[in-house]
Amino acid sequence: MSLQSSTKQSPALPILSKVPTGITGLDQITNGGLPEGRPTLICGQAGCGKTLMAIEFIVNGAIRYNEPGVFMAFEERTEELTQNVASLGFDIAQLQRDKMIRVDHVHIDRSEIEETGEYDLEGLFIRLNHAIDSIGAKRVVLDTIENLFSSLTNEGTIRSEIRRLFSFLKEKGVTAIITGEKGDGFLTRHGIEEYVSDCVILLENRVANQISTRLLRIVKYRGSIHGTNEYPFLIDDEGISVLPVTSLILEKEVSTERISSGISSLDHMLGGQGFFHGSSILVSGTSGTGKTSIAGSFAAGACQRGEKCLYFAFEESPKQIMRNMSSIGMDLSQFIKTGLLQFHASRPTLYGLEMHLVAIHKAIKKFNPDVVVLDPITNLTTVGSMSEVKAMLVRLIDFLQSANITVMFTALTLNTVADTQADEGVSSLVDAWLQIKDIELNGERNRGLSVMKSRGMKHSNQVREFIISSEGLNLVDVYVGVDGILTGSAREAHQLQEKTGVALHGHQVDRKDREISRKRNILEAKIASLNSEFESAEEELNRIYKEEELKKQIAKQNRQDLTRIRDEGNQNDVRSTDE
Amino acid sequence: MKAIKTMSDQQMNNTEQEPKAWELRLYIAGQTAKSIAAISNLKKYCEQHLAGQYSIEVIDLLVHPQLAEGDQIFAIPTLVRRVPEPIRKIIGDLSNEEKVLVGLNIIPSMVS
Repeated sequence: MSLQSSTKQSPALPILSKVPTGITGLDQITNGGLPEGRPTLICGQAGCGKTLMAIEFIVNGAIRYNEPGVFMAFEERTEELTQNVASLGFDIAQLQRDKMIRVDHVHIDRSEIEETGEYDLEGLFIRLNHAIDSIGAKRVVLDTIENLFSSLTNEGTIRSEIRRLFSFLKEKGVTAIITGEKGDGFLTRHGIEEYVSDCVILLENRVANQISTRLLRIVKYRGSIHGTNEYPFLIDDEGISVLPVTSLILEKEVSTERISSGISSLDHMLGGQGFFHGSSILVSGTSGTGKTSIAGSFAAGACQRGEKCLYFAFEESPKQIMRNMSSIGMDLSQFIKTGLLQFHASRPTLYGLEMHLVAIHKAIKKFNPDVVVLDPITNLTTVGSMSEVKAMLVRLIDFLQSANITVMFTALTLNTVADTQADEGVSSLVDAWLQIKDIELNGERNRGLSVMKSRGMKHSNQVREFIISSEGLNLVDVYVGVDGILTGSAREAHQLQEKTGVALHGHQVDRKDREISRKRNILEAKIASLNSEFESAEEELNRIYKEEELKKQIAKQNRQDLTRIRDEGNQNDVRSTDE
Repeated sequence: MKAIKTMSDQQMNNTEQEPKAWELRLYIAGQTAKSIAAISNLKKYCEQHLAGQYSIEVIDLLVHPQLAEGDQIFAIPTLVRRVPEPIRKIIGDLSNEEKVLVGLNIIPSMVS
């Protein structure tokens, strides 16, 4: 994409104009299509899809881009060709009647031909020229011109004529595809690549571990920037789709929106809100730990919110999953009926990893889901090594994140060291990683779930016991006892014990309460008596005080009286002396 | 050369009236050296070996390009033996007399 913008920056310079092929992905890799008005060589082994790619180029041109095309077939007869592509929904006969396509079968039967003296292939030129002019063709396919070499003996003539043919095609200004069979050490058996210098596309059909993968590579594309990798491609009932799998940039829009995991207690572990929208989640665990159940409830949760979910099942059939989910109180079939949920079940061994990726891409593009589940990714290792699976997942995560789709992978871990490492290898790619562990204790196995990581959000560091019941999934706190963590019945026993403890404790508290109230009563009584004591003491003191006052008063009175009396006595004395 | 064409037309008419044992068609594209050589060679051999029993039709594909597809012509010049069946084709300027005669089954192949 960045390449395109850089070419757009300089509009003043003449840029090679391109003709779209209309083949999914190919136009992206070639940055617009095939070079306009020039021949392109498509080469590859037998059965790798050369003819199909060529005919799609012609049919797409006729249907989508309103560019008539001539298909010159050296191998297949017109009827055969029409039949072969009818399964893809291409009606060649109708297109021929509409004068959008012209198929010319060049039949060369060596047994009925004798060569004497000099000749040229002017007849072919005349036929081609006539075909092009009769419908005003812009696109031409020659499939496979190398047949001339096997039918005719004069190689020198053929070579010079083919060279003339290419310049003739360029002169006509048609965009041409020439197909060629792959030879030893050369791109084509007869080395016609030396005549085509503009664009060469190599198709391959590689078989590894008994699984074949179709690959496409642009060997050269003069005057244009193009993807140089090998790109896997798929041929299915809609024709060819090529997947430009490796994106070069790490510039994606991210969302802060959160979506529920479908299990409310799990959401609590993830900061109370669940996963980020558009993130990738890995659920790993040993077998039978309920990975699919988590994936199922994630899918069901999405559907309940009215979002669309695409479920890729590599292990179980959709019916199996639905039956199993209904046993834990989850009805997935209702979502299938409403069209919110779609299953995509395939055996991993159906095709190679890259093809799985292409198939996943296609399905996602078609269904346009909000949530995708892959269950389990570890099954894919049957068709590729873990590093290959990882590489595939990088691309898948890349694609999903650019489309802002939340994805949940489940991964099976075995109790071997190697696989734990592999598991961790994948885990570095994902945003959130839930691990379910088997906890074996007291003669029973229980599941412990922990959030190993969850980028960009607060999450619980606790191991929770993961309980699958007929009501659904739930997480409960595990109990840490003297011997370590307690799960299952041990936890329940512990819980019961605690309950008894609580009851006993409650009883004790009651007794204490009563005692306190009794004590309070006693104290209160004591306080009352002390109060009355104080009152009486106070009264006594008051009495004494009053008596003292009274005494003081009386004494004062007496003293006054005495003084008065003494004064009276003195007067009498004076009087007596006077007398 | 025009004379040949008109003659071939006449001969074609003749064949329609009284079918000849040998019906030959020669495809050319314009008056190239190879075409001219082929025409003269063919006429020579026919006069020598099939006098009176043949008809030659010369088709110039530059004039009738639509005719090329019908007889599956790709090389120029091409001689097509339409009668007697089966159809045989000889491409080239017909310079090798023996090959032409064998190819047309006028004389048996040396090998057989």
